Amino acid sequence: MSDVKYALEIKDVHKVFNGGTINEKIALNGVNLNLNPGDFVTIIGGNGAGKSTTLNAIAGVWPIDSGNIIVDGTDITGLPEHKRAPYLGRVFQDPMTGTAATMDIEENMAIAYRRGERRTLRWGISKSEREMFREKLQVLGLGLENRMTSKVGLLSGGQRQAITLLMASLKQPKLLLLDEHTAALDPKTAAKVLEISDQIIAENNLTAMMVTHNMKDAIAHGNRLIMMHEGRVIYDVSGEEKKNLHVKDLLAKFEEVSGGEFANDRMMLA
Amino acid sequence: MVYVLALNPVALFRALPGSIAQGLIWGIMALGVYITFRLLDFADLTVDGSIATGAAVAVMLIRGGVSPVLVLPIAFLAGMLTGLVTGLLNTALGIPGILASILTQISLYSINLVILGKANQPVSVDNYPLVASLRYVTDGSTTSKLLFFGGLLLFLIVLVMVMYWFFGTETGQAIRATGCNPNMARAQGINTDFIKVLALMLSNGMVALCGAFYGQFQGAADVNMGRGAIVIGLAAVIIGEVVFGKFAAKRKYAFAFTLFSVIAGAVIYYMVYQFVLWLKMPSDYMKLFSAIVVAIFLAIPYLKEKNRMKKGVARK
Repeated sequence: MSDVKYALEIKDVHKVFNGGTINEKIALNGVNLNLNPGDFVTIIGGNGAGKSTTLNAIAGVWPIDSGNIIVDGTDITGLPEHKRAPYLGRVFQDPMTGTAATMDIEENMAIAYRRGERRTLRWGISKSEREMFREKLQVLGLGLENRMTSKVGLLSGGQRQAITLLMASLKQPKLLLLDEHTAALDPKTAAKVLEISDQIIAENNLTAMMVTHNMKDAIAHGNRLIMMHEGRVIYDVSGEEKKNLHVKDLLAKFEEVSGGEFANDRMMLA
Repeated sequence: MVYVLALNPVALFRALPGSIAQGLIWGIMALGVYITFRLLDFADLTVDGSIATGAAVAVMLIRGGVSPVLVLPIAFLAGMLTGLVTGLLNTALGIPGILASILTQISLYSINLVILGKANQPVSVDNYPLVASLRYVTDGSTTSKLLFFGGLLLFLIVLVMVMYWFFGTETGQAIRATGCNPNMARAQGINTDFIKVLALMLSNGMVALCGAFYGQFQGAADVNMGRGAIVIGLAAVIIGEVVFGKFAAKRKYAFAFTLFSVIAGAVIYYMVYQFVLWLKMPSDYMKLFSAIVVAIFLAIPYLKEKNRMKKGVARK
């Protein structure tokens, strides 16, 4: 055991989907990664590189084949998804995934505010909570503070992502997982949601991982950048070196590891 | 002409209180179905078995000397056990929801036969102080009618209030979130497996409670009494939503109004049922009739959406 307490340690994690069948896919092939507290790491890589799979492995969507995942000193490898929730704030690619559409904005937030706590027979939301939620919504500047009893299903994708971000941070998580959370939004909304993400991460001093297909975003946000390829971390930069990165550097790096397949990839140049 | 003359309006009027009472009692069951079908998004066919279980438990206990009031909570508990079985088949053993509930339903047929000892067991209002009986409605004095309907309505109001409270609590919210979006629920630390089992238990508890009332009301428990119960429950939920949905939605206590409209849906169902019987339609056709009604109302939202999409494409 080292003295350094990492916010996240991923140790040699392997995952194969549909093992032993014709559709066998090695999704994670020995992922190793340590995050320091306060790290905001952006993750890039081509399709099937293992970016989202890594986040899902941390969240416990399915069990991994081997390796260990340790959050803030606690080994969570064997825990089911709902028991990992206290450690994790999550925002998903599909704006529908992070919220309950048929429930009010304030109810969604109240549920998130109780993440990791026992659900009792107390009333689901209190007056003081409602006030706190209202203040938090006001900061977003989307006018949602006046629509707290509206059903979330009535909101736009961007509004839903903004609320999901708030929900992920209401109860301070050890780690915030952003899984291509702006990919389904139009560029203007995506920029706004990214701005909110930065704001929430900075305010709460969160350790965060953000998967993105947009290299510019990956460079512009966070203090660290990793590139994944074929289920492994193949590139890891931080600090000044990351700040001085350009899209063309990443492209060169990417072509170096992937050869000619780049042209068909979804990774965005702009 | 002969057909029209053969219809007797007085008979329809006379039958009305009976069908309203029947509808109110089945309203309890419809509320249970609402929990699984609408809130949990789980098509639970256990109810065809658990309603008969509730009746069987109630009737046999009353015949054994237990108070007709006390048998109600006992039937509720018995119903919860049936929901527990379906829930565990689904969550612990990974059997798809509908299939899990069919397995429980089928096994309950045998269990109900064991409880009853034979296919049908009567319980007469002449011998026991039953809490509900068709006789209170048809033969009773005005006082006994008022007492019966008043008591039943009061019970339903309290039931709706309890449900309103429960689904506003942290646990109730967890059930609604699980039904709406299980991924979100798990991400927020909700044990969706546990929540599913809990909701199935509560739902079937209420269905069995309805059975306990209904067994007393009709003066017997019958092993076949639950056949097609789910369709009646769904019909009540859907009729309630279609008729009162807009009325309930915009109100302050919208959820309570929705629950009342589900009960009203059950009453409407039995009034229409009575009306169709009065038109001298053979009662053999009633299950077909119910199924068609449910199929039509379930299809309406889908067809509307499809139609809207077609129009949308045409405009572009």
